[in-house]
Amino acid sequence: MNNFLTALQFDFMRNAIIAGLLVSVAAGIVGVYVVLNRVAILSGGIAHAAYGGVGMAYFFGFDPLLGGMLFSLVAALGMNIVQRKTRQRADTLIAVIWAVGMAIGIIFVDRTPGYKADLMSYLFGSLLAVSPFEIVIIAILDVVVVLTILAIYPELLAISYDETFATVRGIPVNAISLILTALIAFTVVMMMRVVGLILVIALLTLPAAIAGLFARDMRWMMVIAVALGMVFTVSGLWLSYQYNLTSGAAIILIAATTYLLALLLKHKLRWA
Amino acid sequence: MKDISAPILSVRSLYAGYEQENILEDINLEVFDCDFIGLIGPNGGGKSTLLKVILGLLPPQSGQVSILGMDVHQGRRYIGYVPQFVESDRAFPISIWDTVRMGLLSGWRLFSRLSIQESAKIETALDQVGMLNLRQRAMGELSGGQRQRVFIARALVSDPKILLLDEPTASVDPNVTKDIYELLSQLNQKMAVLLISHDMMAISAYTKTIACLNRKLVYHNSKELTREMLDSVYGCPVDLIAHGVPHRVFAVHEEKTHE
Repeated sequence: MNNFLTALQFDFMRNAIIAGLLVSVAAGIVGVYVVLNRVAILSGGIAHAAYGGVGMAYFFGFDPLLGGMLFSLVAALGMNIVQRKTRQRADTLIAVIWAVGMAIGIIFVDRTPGYKADLMSYLFGSLLAVSPFEIVIIAILDVVVVLTILAIYPELLAISYDETFATVRGIPVNAISLILTALIAFTVVMMMRVVGLILVIALLTLPAAIAGLFARDMRWMMVIAVALGMVFTVSGLWLSYQYNLTSGAAIILIAATTYLLALLLKHKLRWA
Repeated sequence: MKDISAPILSVRSLYAGYEQENILEDINLEVFDCDFIGLIGPNGGGKSTLLKVILGLLPPQSGQVSILGMDVHQGRRYIGYVPQFVESDRAFPISIWDTVRMGLLSGWRLFSRLSIQESAKIETALDQVGMLNLRQRAMGELSGGQRQRVFIARALVSDPKILLLDEPTASVDPNVTKDIYELLSQLNQKMAVLLISHDMMAISAYTKTIACLNRKLVYHNSKELTREMLDSVYGCPVDLIAHGVPHRVFAVHEEKTHE
């Protein structure tokens, strides 16, 4: 523990913690939408497709975060439309976009000359390498997510609970679903820096899933998911620093262990 | 006795279905104020397809549906829709109050807060179905019958002209079924009710008229289930059971064997 506190005097450690806390806000809120609307696979597709944007950014020499955001946004909106038009085969098409995005990224990286060790950080995350610029972007994303949810909370709740009824009431279901899918895309790209794109779905869904076990209200589910995300990222960071582990993996294992314990606790409460 | 004015819901020569397959053929139906119609029919007979067309969720292949003289997208806000409960929604974190509030939503209302009038409407609707004292409960904690009452309140809160119910008693026991139909009869004094059900007994006991749907709709604006209806719906003689209500719905019929 002392080691960890000492490490706090380094900029990179402070940045890592701030980024972890900030990204937990967007991840917790968007994660609740993902869990309640059962679009985890869609989110995984978006995360992997984002790698195509990262690869292209490297090749053309612009910021990978920007490339990831653009690419994942296009992939996300494409997948959203696919899912709405063809309910049955959506999973297959999502899997295709998932893999194609990844493949495009790999090919572009192949064609990029020079040293590319940094690319691994998009696969597995590198919280310790987060820059102040990225922290600002994550903070802006948080503001956008929170404002959006505040603006359309009742409609979002209605759509998540009973989409058919919401449609009959004249709520703009498609537009709201597109907005939320865009938020998933942005959130997922930010989270790539924290846990890496391979582990994004876990950090997006685990805090929300745990919160869902105990919350009786979507508002509380979001608040609890944000808080849990913060606990997981900071404790994962500590674990990874203390034992020299990859931070993303440490964060996910802590989250998954907590989920298991929460499930046990919940069932114990029910049968007690 | 019947309101002769324009129908609340009117379906004219409607054909609907998916891709090449016609599920509904030449459907004609008019629902007037204070009608209480029970719609029965076999699975796959088109009950839920008809519902989707009326709610504007499925465009018809031909024919017309109008609600209070408007097309479905305009008119559907006058429908109080009570969907069938899906068991997997039980875990969804939502309170009774927030569920009923859904009935007041429409369009974009950014950063909206509940007005005093809206709160009063929610309270009135919950009171009508006898759920006001439980308003802060989570939906997941309710029994099947209580849940249906909340869904009915959610439909009522928007002051509908017609209640449209999909299998309202699918997941409740017989006593509760009776309570729900009694509630619907009471509501029927102020609005039309059209409900879909498998429960022929309950339908025949409480609704004013019965319609049968199996691709085609047989509706005589009467309560008698005719042989024509049953044959069209089930394609074979059905066991007709006389039940403990004061009137007999089915004509006496001769036993037949079939395979």
